[in-house]
This record gives sequence, structure tokens and C-alpha cells, in this order.
Amino acid sequence: MTQYKRAANTVVFHVVVCAIGFVMIYPLIWMFFSSFKESSLVLSTVDELFPREWRFDNYAKGWSGFGGTTFTTFFKNSLIVTIISVVGNVIASAMAAYGFSRIRFKGRGFFFICMMITMMVPSQVLVVPQYIIFNGLGWVNTFLPLTVPEWGGRAFFIFLIMQFIAGIPKELDEAAEIDGCGKIRLFTQIMLPLIKPALATSAIFSFYWKWDDFMGSLLYLNTPENYTVSIALKLFSDPTSVSDYGAMFAMCVLSLLPVIILFLFTQRYIVEGISMSGLKS
Amino acid sequence: MEKVSSLRTKRRRRSGSSWIGYLFIGPWLICFLAFTAIPFVASFFLSFTEYNMLSAPKFIGLDNYIEMFTNDNLFSTSMGVTFQFVFVSIPLRLIFALLVAMILNRKSKAVPFYRVVYYLPSILGGSVAVSVMWKYCFSKTGVVNTFLNALGIPSDISWISNKDTALWCIILLFIWQFGSPMLIFLSGLKQIPQSYYEAAVVDGAGPVKKFFKITLPLLSPIIFFNLVMQMIGGFMVFSQAMIITDGGPMNRTLVYALYLYRQSFKYYKMGYGCAMAWILLVIIGFFTALVFKSSSAWVFYENELFEGKKKKKRRKEK
Repeated sequence: MTQYKRAANTVVFHVVVCAIGFVMIYPLIWMFFSSFKESSLVLSTVDELFPREWRFDNYAKGWSGFGGTTFTTFFKNSLIVTIISVVGNVIASAMAAYGFSRIRFKGRGFFFICMMITMMVPSQVLVVPQYIIFNGLGWVNTFLPLTVPEWGGRAFFIFLIMQFIAGIPKELDEAAEIDGCGKIRLFTQIMLPLIKPALATSAIFSFYWKWDDFMGSLLYLNTPENYTVSIALKLFSDPTSVSDYGAMFAMCVLSLLPVIILFLFTQRYIVEGISMSGLKS
Repeated sequence: MEKVSSLRTKRRRRSGSSWIGYLFIGPWLICFLAFTAIPFVASFFLSFTEYNMLSAPKFIGLDNYIEMFTNDNLFSTSMGVTFQFVFVSIPLRLIFALLVAMILNRKSKAVPFYRVVYYLPSILGGSVAVSVMWKYCFSKTGVVNTFLNALGIPSDISWISNKDTALWCIILLFIWQFGSPMLIFLSGLKQIPQSYYEAAVVDGAGPVKKFFKITLPLLSPIIFFNLVMQMIGGFMVFSQAMIITDGGPMNRTLVYALYLYRQSFKYYKMGYGCAMAWILLVIIGFFTALVFKSSSAWVFYENELFEGKKKKKRRKEK
């Protein structure tokens, strides 16, 4: 009897979880299949999930973009901005994390508190003066406002890496120093390989946030040849400019693709990274 | 003697490595000063000026702040919308996250797969593509109405252009992304020793009592942390509101950050934008402090329990 009950329990569990999961994921599935539908049928045949006729040319039509600029440009821009940002972000965050957690220097405590406070400051407070600064430097409508600040690292990643460094015994540093290893070599040759998982988590999140960043592109990029995917997609989907729903959804799907692929390959890092970040604090 | 020499080396090491410390935090420090500290101070001063980027900032004292609270209807509208948004979406997101985490907290080979599926929306949720998708899901002929009709509930309104439901579309998009608190709750649940529940069952506790007497108190530090962080994020919601409804219909989704953006970069009232940002900072600071202050009343740390027991034991021994 109890065995029967347990089996029934398991079945109920899977049914409930699958049902919730299906409802949650359904919009994404719908978008995927809609991207292959004929444009006029996208919003008139919502009750049919699968396209009556698979229209792969939606992707070609969408890719041709608008204003003479294709999505090749938009994707290239997004990739450039994202990769430069991720690299800078991870390097600077790792350096700062090591400096804050393993080197004693005057002002360390003060700057550490400064760094923690920056996590609480809403970006809206900084956005206007930042715009004025970048405008004064002549950086508006270049990638510099989107990439240069990332070379200072982000407080969230610095904190994450510091948590990780805290788990590495200090004796290791001391032993290396007795052997005549300087701080810089200690960092590049001993510490960096040890904190790889934290660096990976930071890199992944840095990628997601930068790839999805909308506000930065909206403020600083104002000619189509400089647009990133997110701002291009926003303009592409404005009802005044385009009514080709099939092509629009096709480009939406493509813009999510890098994120989904990265997620599938790295989901273990992410799932563990998040679980840890929330618990340790 | 030995002590003195060790002290000396310590001091030498300390002053000698100061520059190397700054070398390591250098990139962060430079960017912090240039793109955070200076803008932060500048924003405060600009909030007392009228500035449109064409002519020099004109000092106008508290006029921006006075204007906001006495004359600007849209300011109070956007404030109301944002409060409604934050206080509905964040608690619901956390409740949903906890509920799903509790369902998933069991031994099954399928759980890692479910975790990934439930987390997927959180990874994609911030993107423009998902906002665009959401817009069409809640349109007149979108997925939601089709779904409701299939369930036998006739519905043909456009959820995003109806003034009573538009904000709910964005709230739902936020609840949909309950993945990260869910993962955090899930690992929190795993840390609760099974023996607590077994003891409770022996004492005759039902599932409801187990939840309120064991699960909830032991998870409260995690819930608290998430509440603070998510609320800060909630007050800053921008791109979803801009893409899905662009503040409409009738400003019913004009969230604070969107109105701030319009003032600063559409009407070029940058001093006014800075003043609005400082009000936002004060609001976020106030609620963060409130949550922190009140936390001692409802946040329950596990070691408190054991300390309490130890004290009792000591008292008994005496």
C-alpha cells in the first residue's frame, strides 16, 4: 500500500512539475515555431503551434535588417562589445579581488567599503553625469562608453571571487613568498589557476548582462552601423517600422541563441554559482 | 628582541607592499573614480541645477525637488506605478520561487533537468527578444488569449493596451523569472537537516506546521537577503516597460526609471533627471534600511537556536 502510494506520489510530482515547466517555456516554443510561419499567419494562427508551411526565408528577410544595415553588422557589434567587456571585466575583477583579500595596504578597508556601496547605488544616479563625461570625451556613438568602464571590473564579481579566494589557505601565499615568489607571480601563476571556477562564473554572467544590455546601447549608439543586437531588435520590432512578424521573431530567436547555447554548456557552473552566492552572504 | 624584529619586518612589509596593493586594485580604482565616484558627486550637484547640455548648468536651488512634489503629476504617477510594481512582483516572485523550490526538493534523477528548465527564463528574461515576445503573447490575438479560450474562458482583450492589465503583464514577466531565488532557496532547503523534520513528525506536526515552524524560520536569512537584492532591482526596472508598453496605456506602466530617462534624454532636463535619481536613491536606501532594521524581528539564524540552547544548558549546570 505504501509502495503504491509512493509511486502515485512520484507520478503526481512529475506531472505537476512538467505542467508548470511547460506553461513557462511555452512562449519560447511558440516564438520559435512562429519564426517559421508566414508573417500574416503569425498572429492569426496562434492556436496552431506548428507552421502550416515552413518558411525558412523569414530568417533571410530578417537578416537583411533595416536602413541598409544587416544583422551581420549588429551581431558583429554585439560580439565585439561583449567580448571586450567580458575580458576586461574578469581580469580587473580578479586583480581587485586578489588585492582586497590578500594584500594589506593603506586604504584597503576604505576602498573595500566603497566597492560594496557601489552595489547598492542605482545606475540611474550615475547615468546623466556619465553621459556628460562620455560626451565631453567625444565617445558618444562609439563602443568606448560600453566597454571602457567594464575594464574596472564589477563589484558583484569582485565580491564573488573574494569569497572564493577566502577558501584558499593563506599558508599557500606565505610558502610561495618564502620561496621568493613575488606578489605578481603569485597572482598569475598560483592564484589564477586556483580561482578558475569563480572566473568562469563571472565571465558567464558578464557575457549575459552585456549581451542583453539595452540601456547602454540606447544611450550611446545612434547610427545603425554601430547598433548592437538589442537596440536593433527593439527598433526592428517597433510596429511603425516593420510589420513582418515572421522575420521579427526569427531575429529574436537568433539573438537568444548565443545565450541559450552558452547556458546549455555552462549550466552547472551557473546553477552552483548562484546557489553559493546567495547562501554565503 | 625577537618580538621587536618581527614587528619591524611586519611594518616594512606593510608599507613596502602598499604600492603593489594599489597596482592590483588599480584598474578598479581608476574606473571607480572616473565612472562612479565623480559622477555620483556630480549628480548630486546637478540635481540643484537646470541643465540641458547646451548651456552651462544654472543653479536653481531646490526648485527641481519642489517642482517634482508639487507640480509634476507624472512624477507621482510613475512613483505609484513603481511602488505597485515592486510590492506586487517581488513578493510574488519570491513566493513562487519558494513554492517551486519546495516541490523540487526531493531525490529524483529528473530534478537537475527541471532546475535547468525553470532557470531558463531568468537567463533570457532581460533580453529585448523576450520582451518583444511577451508583448505579442499578451496582445489581442496572442498566446494568452488563445490559452484562455482553450480553457473555456472567453477573452479577447489586448492585455498590454488595457489600462487595468498592462502593468500586470510586466509584473508577470518578472514573476516568470523566478529562477535565481529558486536555486538559492533550493540549496538552502538542502541544508536543513532531515532530522528536524523527523523529530517534528514524532511530535505529531503536519506539513503546514512543519513549513511554518521549521522551513520558514530556517530559510529566513536567505529570504531576507533575496528580498533586499530583488527590491533594489525592482525599483530600477526599465527596459521591459519601455519595450512592451513604452509607459502606456495612459501612463499606467510609466515606471520611475522610464520617466527619469525621458526627462533626462528626451526633454534634456538633466538637472531634473538627477534630482529624480537622488529621490530614487533615497527610496531604495530607505527600504533597504527598513528591511535590515526589521530583520531582527523575523530573520532567524540557526546559530541563535543553538546559542539559546547552550545558554539554557549552562544555566541548568549552574
